[in-house]
Order: sequence, then C-alpha cells, then structure tokens
Amino acid sequence: MSALLSGIGYERWVLDVLMILPLVGALGVALGPQLWPAVAVKKIALGVALAEFVVSMGLWWAFDPTIASMQFEVQHDWIPEWGVTYHLGIDGISLFMVLLTTFTMPLAVLSSWNYITEREGPFYSLLLVLTTGMLGVFVALDMFLFYVLWEVMLIPMYFLIGAWGGARRMYAAIKFFVYTFLGSLLMLVAILVMYYVVGRETGVYTFSYAHLVENAQYVGPWAFWLFAAFALAFAIKVPMFPFHTWLPDAHVEAPTPASVLLAGILLKMGTYGFLRFALPFFPEVALHPAVVAIVVPLAVVGIIYGALVAMVQPDFKKLIAYSSVSHLGFVMLGIWALTLQSVQGAIVIMINHGISTGALFFMAGMMYERRHTREISAFGGIARVVPAFATILTLVALSSIGLPGTNGFVGEFLVLIGSFGEYPIATAFATTGVIFAALYLLVALQKILFGKLHPDNEKMPDLSVRELFVLSPLVVCIVWIGVYPAPILHRIETSAQALVTQVRSQVSGQTQVSVPTQLPVVGNVEEGGGSGEGGGVPAATETTVSSLLPPPSSLVSPAGGSD
Amino acid sequence: MPSTVSLIWLVVLLPFLGFLANGWLSFFRPDAKRLVSGIGVGVLVASFLVTLIVVSGLAGAAEGAPYIQTLWSWMPSGELQIGLSLQVDQLSAVMLLVVTGVGALIHVFSIGYMRDDDSYPRYFAFLNLFVFFMLLLVLGANFPVLFIGWEGVGLCSYLLIGYWYSEEANASAGKKAFIMNRIGDFGLLIAMFMIYRSTGSLNFVEVFASAPSAFVINGPTITLITLFLFLGCVGKSAQIPLYTWLPDAMAGPTPVSALIHAATMVTAGVYLIARTNVLYAMAPFSGAVVALTGAATALFAATIALKQWDIKKVLAYSTISQLGYMFMAVGMGAYAAGVFHLVTHAFFKALLFLGSGSVIYGLHHAYHQTHNEDDAQDMRNMGGLSRMMPWTTGVMWIATAAIAGAPFLSGFFSKDQILAVAFARGQDATVFYVIWALGAVAALLTAFYMTRLMLYTFHGLNRTGAEELQHLREAPWIMTAPLVVLAVGAFFGGLINLPHVLPGAGGLEHWLEPATEASAQYLAEVHLSAGLEWGLMGLATVIAAAGVFGAWRLLDSDSLVPASEAPEETGIQKILLRKYYVDELYDTYIVRPTAWLSQRVLWRIVDDGVIDGAAVNGLAKVTQFLGWVGTRFQTGNLGTYVILFVVGALWLLSATLR
Repeated sequence: MSALLSGIGYERWVLDVLMILPLVGALGVALGPQLWPAVAVKKIALGVALAEFVVSMGLWWAFDPTIASMQFEVQHDWIPEWGVTYHLGIDGISLFMVLLTTFTMPLAVLSSWNYITEREGPFYSLLLVLTTGMLGVFVALDMFLFYVLWEVMLIPMYFLIGAWGGARRMYAAIKFFVYTFLGSLLMLVAILVMYYVVGRETGVYTFSYAHLVENAQYVGPWAFWLFAAFALAFAIKVPMFPFHTWLPDAHVEAPTPASVLLAGILLKMGTYGFLRFALPFFPEVALHPAVVAIVVPLAVVGIIYGALVAMVQPDFKKLIAYSSVSHLGFVMLGIWALTLQSVQGAIVIMINHGISTGALFFMAGMMYERRHTREISAFGGIARVVPAFATILTLVALSSIGLPGTNGFVGEFLVLIGSFGEYPIATAFATTGVIFAALYLLVALQKILFGKLHPDNEKMPDLSVRELFVLSPLVVCIVWIGVYPAPILHRIETSAQALVTQVRSQVSGQTQVSVPTQLPVVGNVEEGGGSGEGGGVPAATETTVSSLLPPPSSLVSPAGGSD
Repeated sequence: MPSTVSLIWLVVLLPFLGFLANGWLSFFRPDAKRLVSGIGVGVLVASFLVTLIVVSGLAGAAEGAPYIQTLWSWMPSGELQIGLSLQVDQLSAVMLLVVTGVGALIHVFSIGYMRDDDSYPRYFAFLNLFVFFMLLLVLGANFPVLFIGWEGVGLCSYLLIGYWYSEEANASAGKKAFIMNRIGDFGLLIAMFMIYRSTGSLNFVEVFASAPSAFVINGPTITLITLFLFLGCVGKSAQIPLYTWLPDAMAGPTPVSALIHAATMVTAGVYLIARTNVLYAMAPFSGAVVALTGAATALFAATIALKQWDIKKVLAYSTISQLGYMFMAVGMGAYAAGVFHLVTHAFFKALLFLGSGSVIYGLHHAYHQTHNEDDAQDMRNMGGLSRMMPWTTGVMWIATAAIAGAPFLSGFFSKDQILAVAFARGQDATVFYVIWALGAVAALLTAFYMTRLMLYTFHGLNRTGAEELQHLREAPWIMTAPLVVLAVGAFFGGLINLPHVLPGAGGLEHWLEPATEASAQYLAEVHLSAGLEWGLMGLATVIAAAGVFGAWRLLDSDSLVPASEAPEETGIQKILLRKYYVDELYDTYIVRPTAWLSQRVLWRIVDDGVIDGAAVNGLAKVTQFLGWVGTRFQTGNLGTYVILFVVGALWLLSATLR
C-alpha cells in the first residue's frame, strides 16, 4: 500500500489537496444551484467530504511511524517580506487529528441531511470552509498561517451556531466568538513578540515554527507572559475550568453537526496547541512548579467538577457539554504529566472524545429530531420501542464511561498510569472521575432508555438507514480502538517520545541553575554575552507578581535556554 | 506444557460467539427460542468440554509454571507493554471449571425459567457475554486484562439486574450495582498504578517475581497497594461497606442471581486476592484488615438474613455472609481454604438460588392463572410447598445442610477449614480469635436463617391461597435436572479438599500449590494438633445443629400470615428487616449531599452565578457600560461637542502649564 502511494507521489501532494479540496467544494456548493440545479447541494458536500476522507486515508499507510519529525511537508512562499510561508506537515501528534477531522466530516454532513432544510447552500459551504480551517490548524508549520487558520475556523462556526442554532443562538454564538477571540488575540500578540524577539536575536525574521521552536529560548524573560497568552488562548478552547462556560451554551444552541465538530475537533485544537506550541516553546515555564501547581489542579477540578455538574443537567446536550469538560481534564493532566504513556494517552483521549462525544451529540440530535426537545425527562423507557438506538446509545455511553474493551478505557488508563508517577495525588483524585463518569451517564441512560414508556414516545421510530450509516463507523471505532489500539499507539509513539524528550531535556538542563529564571526580577537583568552559557542567566530570588514583568531591556537578554 | 493447554483461547471465544449470535438473533429473529437456547447452552457446554481438555493438559504437565498465551499486543507504550494475554495455571483452572461447569447448568435452567420472556435472545446474549468476561477475568495474565473481565462482568451484571428495565426499581438497582462497583474499581486502578510504579510491569508473573525485591514486608507501599486492591474486592464481592448493591441486584432474573451474584462474579474479589497472594503475604497488616472485614461482614449480613421475608433477599445476605468467610480465609493467607469455600459455595448457593427460582417460577405460574398480583418472592405467601415440589424441596434441603455445615457435606469441610485456620492463627495474635469467634457466631446464624427459609417456604401450612394451590406444581425437568447435578456437587464437593486428619486430605491445597507457593515463605506455618482439629469439627457440628434445632423450636411457621395481612414489625425486628437502615444512611449522608452540591452549589452558584454570571457576563456588562458611557457623548448636538472640546482643551492646557 505504501509503495503504491509513493508511486503516485502521495506524500508530495496530499496536504495541498486536503487543504484545497474543501474550499473548491465550498465554491461548488455555493455555485451548485446555478451550475447544476438538478443536484442537491448536500450530495456535493457529501461527495467532497468523502473524497477528502479517502484521500486522507492514505496517510494511515504512508505515514512512517519511525520518524519523529514532520512528514508530507509542503512549503511555498507566501509573504516573503515578512518571512511568512505556506508550510504544512504532519507528525504522529497531528496525524490522528487530521484523520479524525476527515473521518468526522462525512458523518457531520450526513447527520445534517434532513435536519438542515433552510439555506442549505450556505450551510454546507460553511461546513466545508470549516474543514479547511480545522485541518489547517493541525498541519500548519508557520505561526502566521496557523493564526490565520485558527481565526478562519472561528467564523464559519460563528455562523453555523448563529444562523442555524436553537432559540438562544445569537447569545451563544456571540459568547463563543468573543470568548475565543479574546484568547486568540492574546495569542497573536504573543506570536508577534516571538517573531520580533527571535528575529532580532537570530537575524532571521520568520514565522517558521521550526525556527521559532529552536530559538524560543531567546524570548527569555518574556517567556512567562508569552506562555500565559498562548495558554489562555488554548485553555479557553479546551476548555479548561474555569474558562468553560461558553461551551454549554454553544453546544446546546448549535445544530447537531456544529456540536459534533465543536466537541470532536475544535476542542482538540486547545489541547493540540498545548502539545505543539505552548510546551515546546516554553518548557521551563510550563513545567515550572508554580505553573504546574495551577494547571494540574485545574485539570483535576475540571474532571470532577465537569462530571458533577453534568450529572444534574436536565438538558442532554448540556450534559454532554459538561462531560467534555471532564474528559478534556484528563487530556490536560496527561499533557502536563509529560511521560510517554500520558502523552500517548492524552492523544488517544483526544481521538476518543471526538468519536464518543461526537456519537453522543449525533444521538442527541436524533432524539431532538424525533421529539423536538432536548430535555432528558421527556424520554424514558424508549429502549422498548427503539432497540437499535438503545443498544448503540448504551455502547457509546459505556465508551464515554471508559469501560475496558472500549476506546475510552485505553486513553484514560494510559493517561492515568503515565501521570501517576509524576503527580500521584492529583492522579488519584483524577481517577475518581471513573466513578463520576459512570454516575452521570448511567443516570442519563436510565432516564432516557429505561423505566416506564411515556405515551408520547410509543410511536418513536428506530434508527433509519441513514442514521445507521452515521453511527456505525463510530461504533466500529469504539470497539476497534478499545480492543486493538496498538497500530494507533505505534504511530503516535515516536513523535510523542520526541516531544517528551525535547521538553524534558530543556527543563532538566535548567533546573540546577535556577528554576525561576524565566521569571526575572525587574531591573535585575544583565546583558548576557551570547547564548552559549547555560549558567549565564539572571537568577531570580523571588517570583512575586511584580517581578514577572519583563523590562524593555530584557528583550535582548538571552535568558534561559540550553543550547 | 502439552499442546492441549494452548486451546485456552477457544474456551474464551466460544461464549463470545454465542453472544454475537444471540445478539444478532435478538434483533432479527427474536422468536427463534429453540435456536437461541441451542446456541446459548451449546457454547457453554462446548466451553466446559474444552476446559476439561485444557485442565487435563495442565494436570499432565511436568512443570508447574503457568502457561501464557498472548493473543495480540494491546496497549504498547514505551516500556509499558500490555498484551492481551491469557494465563492458565492451577488457580485459573479451578475458576474455569466453576465458571463453565456451574455456568452451563445455570444456562440449562434458564431455558425453562425464561421460557415465556419477551426478549429471550437478549437474555442469552447477555448471559453468554457475562461468561466471556468472567473467563477473561480469571484468565487474564496481567492486571489490565483482568480488569477488562472485572468491569465487563460488572457491565453484564448491570444489564441483567436491569433486564426488566420497564420497572424503574430494576433499572435503579442495576445502576446502583455499577456505581458501587466503580468505587471499588477506583481502588483497583490506583493499585495498578502503584504496582506499575514499583515493579515496572503489570504482568502477573513479572510483578510477583519482582515483588520480593520491590517491596519491604509490611512497608507502606505494599500495604497501600493491597488495601487499594482490597477496595476493588470490597466493591465486586459486596463486603462492608460496599455491599448494599447485592440485595438490590436480586431484581434480576433468578438464574442471573445464581450465576452472577452467587457462584461466579461476586467471588472475583476472592480470586483476585488468591491471585495476588504474594503481595498479600508480604502485607500482613492488609491481610488482617481483609480477614477482619470478611469476618465482620459474615456476621453482619447473617443477622440481616434472619429477618428478611423475600426468599431471594435471604439468599443475597447469605451470599454476602459466605463471601465474608472467603475473605477471612484469604486474608489469613489460607488461600486454598478460601478457594475451597468459593467452589463449594458455588455449588450450594447456585443450587439454593435456582431452587428458589423453581419456587418463584411455580408460584408465578399459579398467580398468572388466578390473576393474583401478590409478591411471588415473599415467604409469607408460601408455606407447605414440599407436597407440590418434592424435587425442589429435596435438593434445597441438601444445599441447606451443606451451607449450614452438616457433617461431611461440602460446606462443612470448607467452612471448618477457615475457622480452623483462624483458631490456629489465634495462637500468634489475638485478633484471629476474634475473627474465629465472629465466624463461629455467623455459622450459628447461618444454620438458623437457612432453616427458617426452608420451614417458611416448604413446610407448615400453605399460605398461597386455595385456588393458587391447584395450579402449583414442580418445575419441568429442564429446570430440575440442573438442580440435581448441583445437589451432587453440594453434597460431595467437600471431597476435593478433606481436612488433614482424614485420609486423602488436602487435594485442592496440593493442586493449588504452584500458584500459591511463592507466598508460603512469608506466612507462618498453620499448625493444629489432630485432637484440636477433631474438636473444632465437633464444635462446628454442634453449632450447626444448634442453629437448625433453634430455628425448629423458636419459629412458628403456622402462625405466619400472608404478606398483605402481616402486621407492622417493631423493635429489633424492624431494624433487621430494614437492614440497619444502611441504605437510608448512605442516601442521607452521601447521595443527597452529592446531588445537592452538584445542583445547587456547583451548577447554580459556581457555574451560573460566579463564573458565568459574575466573571464572564460581568465583564461583558462592564464593557457594555463603558460603551454606553461613550455613547452619551455622541449626542449629535453641536453645542455639547463645543463644550466638551473647550473643557478638554482647558484640561490639556492646565496639564501642560503646570
């Protein structure tokens, strides 16, 4: 298979095609009614999404799991004057985010089939533009490009919620937009600061990810603030407690496919951002005891808090939304524990959450289409009339609970066992999440499926063939990843190990010198001569808030960083 | 190792295929009951036969090392290499025989018991799936594979307790079982993490081999690990304080109670401790905790069983109590004795449950004929059934004699060995005398409540109603035949491990040696003189006789009235009937506060009020307000602009002039 793929030059064009195809498709969908009035736009959209998926499937075989660095790289000049390039690439960390996106898109289109009846053209166009945006975020290797795509994907989502959403859609859409935008603007500032500082120090002004990550130590005293800006942008996206309140509103009001993409893909951009940018750029800040003391407890609080609040939600979609806060808490814990197992587990949870929570949102949508309500109490006892639906909902819920044999277990187990060595107490608290997850999902399952059948539900139709087509691939993945995740873990391993090693080596190279180097005291920063001396760093004596402010002179001081 | 042992994958696969086939039928041919029964029972019988081949291969093997078969690499991540691996050794062989053997009998019984059920294929699908997971549990060669089975049997338990899910109470009981088990599973997970951290592996063979160097005897690490493991056992095997789900689990079909909630799943905790015997032997403190918990549970549950009216509830509390004995044994390092009681209990308790199922089945049919809505499980609605159900009555008496400890029946030997070890250990530490005493009193109560059950159900005056009596008859042979086979086991089961003073002693103990010998060096030799051993057996006989005789004399089954006419109970009777109000206690102090905290505090106050209301929307309000303030200046009135301009100019001027 991989020989065949290389025979057609797959690795040279795959990412370009994946990026451009949805845009062409969006154009086709927009112009479709004029050009081909006989063809329904949703069929065009489905065709494009399927083509996208088929093209991306080649990555599974063509990807070389033994290489830690980027593969399938493409690079074209974009704005040479600013050092901006169109630079894409995939490694073991982004591979499955790309596949998850292309896998989810056809299902999202299919789930909209009868649900979206108004303004179909714009709807599917936006969905396809969103695809390019999402894929781009995962494969961009240029910070400028990354930022542009990060914002690009915000706009279609804003419209999908605002135009096709529920009763409070405008409130939810604006909240989603403003909240996320606030974070991304801070990130933009951070990217620009990095660009200038690193440019000044190295003489090469470029937005290239590789260049910036290699020379990130030059930001010296700015590191804390830059990290904070990135972290806030990503934490909002994840969303980490307490930046999560946009999520329930956005989820509840969004139409089904938007909810699925929001949960399945968009949230992963936050955790992906931590893995790809925040940690490799600023390892010392990220693993500084003070930062760890904030992030890790917040992750654990998110796990438990999300689960407890999910338990009492009367609205099924809101319940799923809060469960996402809980699940993503595991991912954050895994990322911060930064062991091979915990990072692999975190990535597997990111995949799983896309599959299981995606499936839950699809099914919430199917329930809504039947009863026009999301209230859990409107259901009850429907297992008898919709056995296929009940079977799949049970399986999906079990996967979300993390039952061994389903995908959910593999991710959680790896995260927890990988994190336990680093943060035993926090991990022990996080492990209580397995109890709370069972609590909120089984309570919901019982209220929806079991008990007395309400007369209104007696005529409820079971799953249609189209709905089975939406859910079956997800069910297959739930079982497959649960039983035989080795091929996936194998493809993630090398890159994850490289990330862990890279980040850890920078931290361990510094710890003996002085931990709070990246938090310098105002006015205590000397002009360092060259970057070679690991010990030539201004040592900070205290880390009060005022001391965190970098003085202008520190812009040129090479504080911190191993060679 | 002979090649026949390598057939082990087939033992596991067969029930899974049965699950797939019956699951498929439940959607597409729900009325094909004969086919469903054929598949459901067929895979179990086939699995049992393959087990016999495997075990005979194991018995013929020269060396005692476990046979390990890795099916595929499951979760490989760096140095953490977890394979989907099966392990056959002497301990798993015993469990295999119990699970497939007793399991097959219960499957056969189910054909009759579930005959008129609407979703027959679903029942057999779940039952097959349960056996699959149970086999994975006892065959897992590492902790995570064991955990698949561990949680999988919990899932099937959940699905089968709530099998008749249209009743809210059944669904709730299933949920309660799952969640309480999950509390235990939390402990098991933490134990796994700690074991991995200490030994760098999760494979049984490697963990146990490196345990002597990785742990300090009675050190904090090994003590914590074993206590967390025990938390898992407490949940799964329904010990204090996580036992309350098991009585509720009786909401499931009765064969399910026999298979899952008596013979197999609930003994998984005992199996786990026997499996990790090296770890427990190195942690004597944890062992004492296990034994004491077991003894306390044995007595506590037995007192509740004294006053239950629901025939299945009596048996449920009896199961909790008997599981307590098993934990006494394994906690004291008497692993063979614990497994021995596990095996004999599987026979007599499965028999008791199926026998009660036979009664409920008969009563239910009679009620069905006469459109009676009474409770078919309440013993006050029974009485004098022996005339209509002679076979059921006969086998139930055998089981009762076995559990009560009538001499030379299976339960007599297995329970006596546990108490004998406790007594012998008492010479080293007084706490074991306490454990022995608790166990001895519980034995007295066991004989009492079992006799009570038999008297109220099968003897004395009949309370079913005259018309119902016409329709009451013995269950069909497909149900009674498995009862008879189990009765043989309950009668003669003791032969597999006779006490030391009898000829042919210690069969099971000797068989299990390869699996338990690594822990022997950490355990003190149990020594009892032959005289003392005879004496204890004599005492056990007296205790059993006292219990039976006491029930016979003290209870007056003729004065019982049907449940609907029964007066309100008072005093200690009521406390026992209401199970010491433990459920109410948990509800008041754990369940409700958690719900209140989540609903009122976390959701309404923290999330809606503070984070979203004050912080997020508050920020938005401030922004909005500032915008509003700005708009106040944009009046469109030229005069206002002029005034503002002049004021601003003056202010600037004054600022620069200063």
